[in-house]
Amino acid sequence: MITVGLFIPCYINQLYPQVGIATLELLKKLNVNVVYPLGQTCCGQPMSNSGAEQDSEAACHNFVNNFSEFEYIVAPSGSCTHHVIDHYDVIPQTEDVKHVRQNIYELCDFIFNVLKIKNVGAKFPYKVGVHKSCAGLRGLRLGSSSELVEEPYSIIEDLLKEVDGVELMQIKRPDECCGFGGTFSVVEEAISVKMGKDKIKDHLDSCVEIITATDTSCLMHLEGLINRNKQPIKVMHIAEILNSSIK
Amino acid sequence: MDHSTAAALFNKDEKKVDWHDKALWFVRNKRDIAANGTKGWEELRHLANNIKSNALSNLDNYLIQFEENALKNGIQVHWATDAKEHNNIVHDILRSHKAQKIVKSKSMLTEECHLNPYLEEKGYEIVDTDLGERIVQLAKERPSHIVLPAIHKTKEEVDVLFQEHLGTKPCNGDPQYLTNEARKHLRQKFMHADVAITGVNFALADTGGFVVCTNEGNADMGAHLAPVHIACMGVEKLIPKQKHLAVFLRLLARSATGQPITTYSSHFKKPRKGTEMHIVIVDNGRSEQLAREDFRSSLNCIRCGACMNTCPIYRRSGGHSYNYTIPGPIGSILAPGKDLQKYSDMPFASTLCGSCSDVCPVKINIHEQLYKWRQIILKETSGSFVKKTSMKIMGNVLGSPKKFEHVGKAARWALRTLPKPVVNSKPNVWGKDRDLPKGPKDSFEQWYKNRNKDE
Repeated sequence: MITVGLFIPCYINQLYPQVGIATLELLKKLNVNVVYPLGQTCCGQPMSNSGAEQDSEAACHNFVNNFSEFEYIVAPSGSCTHHVIDHYDVIPQTEDVKHVRQNIYELCDFIFNVLKIKNVGAKFPYKVGVHKSCAGLRGLRLGSSSELVEEPYSIIEDLLKEVDGVELMQIKRPDECCGFGGTFSVVEEAISVKMGKDKIKDHLDSCVEIITATDTSCLMHLEGLINRNKQPIKVMHIAEILNSSIK
Repeated sequence: MDHSTAAALFNKDEKKVDWHDKALWFVRNKRDIAANGTKGWEELRHLANNIKSNALSNLDNYLIQFEENALKNGIQVHWATDAKEHNNIVHDILRSHKAQKIVKSKSMLTEECHLNPYLEEKGYEIVDTDLGERIVQLAKERPSHIVLPAIHKTKEEVDVLFQEHLGTKPCNGDPQYLTNEARKHLRQKFMHADVAITGVNFALADTGGFVVCTNEGNADMGAHLAPVHIACMGVEKLIPKQKHLAVFLRLLARSATGQPITTYSSHFKKPRKGTEMHIVIVDNGRSEQLAREDFRSSLNCIRCGACMNTCPIYRRSGGHSYNYTIPGPIGSILAPGKDLQKYSDMPFASTLCGSCSDVCPVKINIHEQLYKWRQIILKETSGSFVKKTSMKIMGNVLGSPKKFEHVGKAARWALRTLPKPVVNSKPNVWGKDRDLPKGPKDSFEQWYKNRNKDE
């Protein structure tokens, strides 16, 4: 049995515990031994993306201390995973640091490429639109990006296609950013909101009932707009859909 | 005005934002069709990146080779350290010919050097002959895009502008009529020009020649009619060999507008009999940028504008929301090299989504450079005190599991308990147009602990 260390991003831990719970339950269903090391905080991304890399060092060390013992580290977030892989140069590259950088996986990537499972046995009878979060898409290459000339692929869509009842809806601009962008969402509030509104409209125009993504951060931003504007659409993290068994 | 303030103003007119976004997305789409229809597109990008890397690594030698060959061809070569020297050199050439009337085709370098105001102040008539540039010149604005300088203007706005400056009749923004009138107006300027100034898209070290790409033929019209041709180029326009044009010309127009090639790709090699040809080679901060390892590849840029067309922020904020001559993603990694303090807002006008890097025909890792400039800006500029302090506090909390638990608990309580108007009151910028999530009673960590107790 594979053992993984489960990383739960700070905002999921505090604001969306149900996403963490779904991730844990899903991995267990897939016969994985899941350990959640206590005392987790954050991958350090909020400080680093704002230009204050050195202020993220304590968070990075905490992360490495929590996870260096695990063969695999799994996170329900493309952007945190990408941050650990791409931006942990800020702390000295010890064997432990190198190990966590090499062995961290975004959840879908882990299921698809490590467990080599396509059908997780979920049921979810809704019209689903995928929001391809940027760090997962262009950082981790979980799917092809429309700018590059390459064979189209999408790990997320491949997993969703196998979910009983899911009707995958295609939107017009599948890999346009939603406008969250961490502190961008407040520093550039007007543009952030406009990008989010446009993203939601694209999904609404395609009759989507549920917007899903690998990243709750994007979804928190979209949900904030949906709730404020009372729009007939919901957001769910992909772990919640893959863990779903509604009949 | 910083980018976010300007962007917020631009967003007051949501219809205009939608129009601007769609216009540029249309161009991005055309680019996609062109790229997908080109065999070996990714290979071409890879080659272009390698050729540029080679050119920049050996720039000193290529520049000398270029000068030697250009001189052999009878071109006069001038070297300018900065914008001031560039403008002085151009001015000296004008003076020596007693020139008064100048026509100029598109050149972002002369924009960067503020050549127009410099010459206008000295009493010269300098007319931009690219239609888009002429429009912004008449409107006394600067280009909002490097390939589509007047993309922020609707045809109806151009109609009004032309009525005022060219005496045209009201036409409800009829593009055919307006272009014809512009053509007539510009023909007069071409016919009577003393000097033609052009930019340079590619300078060829092995031949001493250079190539200027336009869609309107205005560079040729100017250079072929005037007795003096001055071509202004940044040092980074150099490519080693003429044959490398096969790579760059295939990428440039496809990336810029989705055309297979620009309508005119004009090769200049030596002056016509009885005329003069000058090249002004300008540094203006480029060698400093070349010395910055993390930012060197920003000089790969061939000014196609694809990163602007694809940028979700640029499309929704307009080019004028960026303070630098070159807006958008590429401008945001070039500008801080010129003046870190002045342009410190630009690298933050991005979500780091990475679309710019994937669309770039010469594979500049634009979004990674934005990230790197951010680190330097927070360390080295003043004025971001609030941000610096809040990041310190945040880093402190997120560095300690105990503090994180306490702060998290308080925040969840506040979100769960306080009335919405309090949560969304003024200091909470997020809450202006967005709700915050309801705070759950337990964090995931608390749930996990409880669950283990129960088991």
